[in-house]
Amino acid sequence: MRTPETRPRTVPRFSGALVAALLFGLGAGRAQAALQIEVTSGVRDPIPIAIVPFAAPAGDAELDVADVIQHDLEGSGRFKALARERMPARPTRAAEVTPGPWKDAGSDYVVVGRVLALEGGNVGVEFDLLNTLTGARVAAQRFSGAPGAVRNAAHRVSDVVYQKILGIRGAFATRIAYVAVDGAPPAQVYRLFVADADGVNQQRILETRFPLMSPSWSPDGQWLAYVSFETKHSAVYVQLVRTGERRQVSARAGVNGAPEWSPDGKKLALTLGSSSGNPDIYVLDLASQGLSRLTEDPAIDTEPVWAPDGRSIFFTSDRAGSPQIYQIGAQPGARPKRITFGGTYNARPRISPDGTLLAMVTLDGGNYRIAVQELATSVVRVLSHGHLDESPSFAPNGATLIYAERDAPRGELATVSTDGLTGLRLRAAEGEIREPAWGPFLP
Amino acid sequence: MAEKLSMQRLMVVLVLAVSLGLGACASKKPKADLPAGEAGGAASGSGAGAAGAAAAGASADEEAAGPQAGLLATRLVYFDFDSSEIRGAGTEVVAAHAKYLASHSGTRVRLEGHTDERGSREYNIGLGERRAQAVRRALLLQGASDAQISTVSYGEERPAVAGHDEAAWAKNRRVEIVYLALPAGAPKP
Repeated sequence: MRTPETRPRTVPRFSGALVAALLFGLGAGRAQAALQIEVTSGVRDPIPIAIVPFAAPAGDAELDVADVIQHDLEGSGRFKALARERMPARPTRAAEVTPGPWKDAGSDYVVVGRVLALEGGNVGVEFDLLNTLTGARVAAQRFSGAPGAVRNAAHRVSDVVYQKILGIRGAFATRIAYVAVDGAPPAQVYRLFVADADGVNQQRILETRFPLMSPSWSPDGQWLAYVSFETKHSAVYVQLVRTGERRQVSARAGVNGAPEWSPDGKKLALTLGSSSGNPDIYVLDLASQGLSRLTEDPAIDTEPVWAPDGRSIFFTSDRAGSPQIYQIGAQPGARPKRITFGGTYNARPRISPDGTLLAMVTLDGGNYRIAVQELATSVVRVLSHGHLDESPSFAPNGATLIYAERDAPRGELATVSTDGLTGLRLRAAEGEIREPAWGPFLP
Repeated sequence: MAEKLSMQRLMVVLVLAVSLGLGACASKKPKADLPAGEAGGAASGSGAGAAGAAAAGASADEEAAGPQAGLLATRLVYFDFDSSEIRGAGTEVVAAHAKYLASHSGTRVRLEGHTDERGSREYNIGLGERRAQAVRRALLLQGASDAQISTVSYGEERPAVAGHDEAAWAKNRRVEIVYLALPAGAPKP
């Protein structure tokens, strides 16, 4: 086995202004990347809420913060926002809200807020969440940052509103990574993208004429690990999202695949073939490059993912004749334990952040679908309805899964809540998008 | 149960043209000129550097036309669903290439394993590798040497044809035998 090649790189840093100029200058004349989001299902009785347009600094045609919050909350399938033309008033502070008329308009909650110009050129977004039945202020908070961070601040308002009303932290101020593919086989172009969880602010991470696969976020949300075939051979890379700096961490003979970051961010679980070609599960220490082997079986062992406590790893293996999910201790010498028993195909495990649910791809009456299995009871629920659904990834709050579906002429992304009640679809203007990976909560 | 929203909401979000990354911007290098396999990153430094390194590393694996006589012109071996067993016409194709490799010891091939689109992607990388290894073992048993053969699995990532039916799937479950150019200074076979 070859020693891994390591190619640390330094990358010139651009100032924000220069970056903007470059993007605008060269963006013109080229097709704009467009993402559409469509809510496909929601709960029967969504919570009625009014999100009043935020006050903005004079003369500032800034982002419509209330609109971003409304899209977040309605996109969750659990809220219904009051139309602006039906709002009885346009308050921007809690003291200006008279609960009665809002209650009469059917809203249980009202969100009011302000965008503030702060000292040093920073911007603040302040909001109040009020209960119209009791008149009580349920939440009040300020988020501040550089002017470009207003949209992120709006998502953070959505996170708090969602948590205060539903008891679960929202995951709107998070990012997703995914692979986009354009062109017809065999002349396809592969791109790795990062975007906000609502599909906005797409950032291209990599482009190549050879396949890109299996993006995985570091637990701090700064790095992506992925597989690229750009050398006509599989290799695993880790790349700093902000600067593009990257390192090749495994380009051994045979398969180099399925990297997944350990919860402490120091190791990657991955799949390596040897020159004999048989894929097994390994753990790579990123600092020392030390490699430890977890499985040794003539079967295909692949798709490792860490339990949230970092002590064990779930993976796919066909050692019993068909692909099933197994669990093994993260230290060498452990014995794997079979986790799935229903059906002939269970693969690509992911574990919920609280460690209670296993998400996977399951063969369900001839269709590949996303299912969750409660680890304590082994009860399985099929959540998706497509023919070729794949690549489930948990939101960091554990309430939602994002996955890829290929029912349409081209691949799209979709989400489904783990209770199966809500979902939406994300679609690129052209080309296929697939292999979504939902990033962690950001500080 | 999930209920379809009576009023489906379509939110169209236009995004800035981030699709043109900084790497391309800074170097003003039209993408069409990029050599195959180049990775243009969002950051110019890593993108260009990685591409240079990739191109240098790949030069020894330059593809060649290879022999064309009779069965040797056939470079594809097909497989049944979820199987890595070489069958039917594939047996004769592999035998012909094995015979050629055995008598041309300086010639090298890369075996590229592929699957159809069904099932999970990394598992399919494993299946594609299993198919490439099946062809490798058959070549070795019939006289080729280990040093002549390398393998790579693309799983379902590089389909030969588009399509979501059995006709397309059957064409995509394959191993491609790719002849490689001789390393510089190697004697002609």
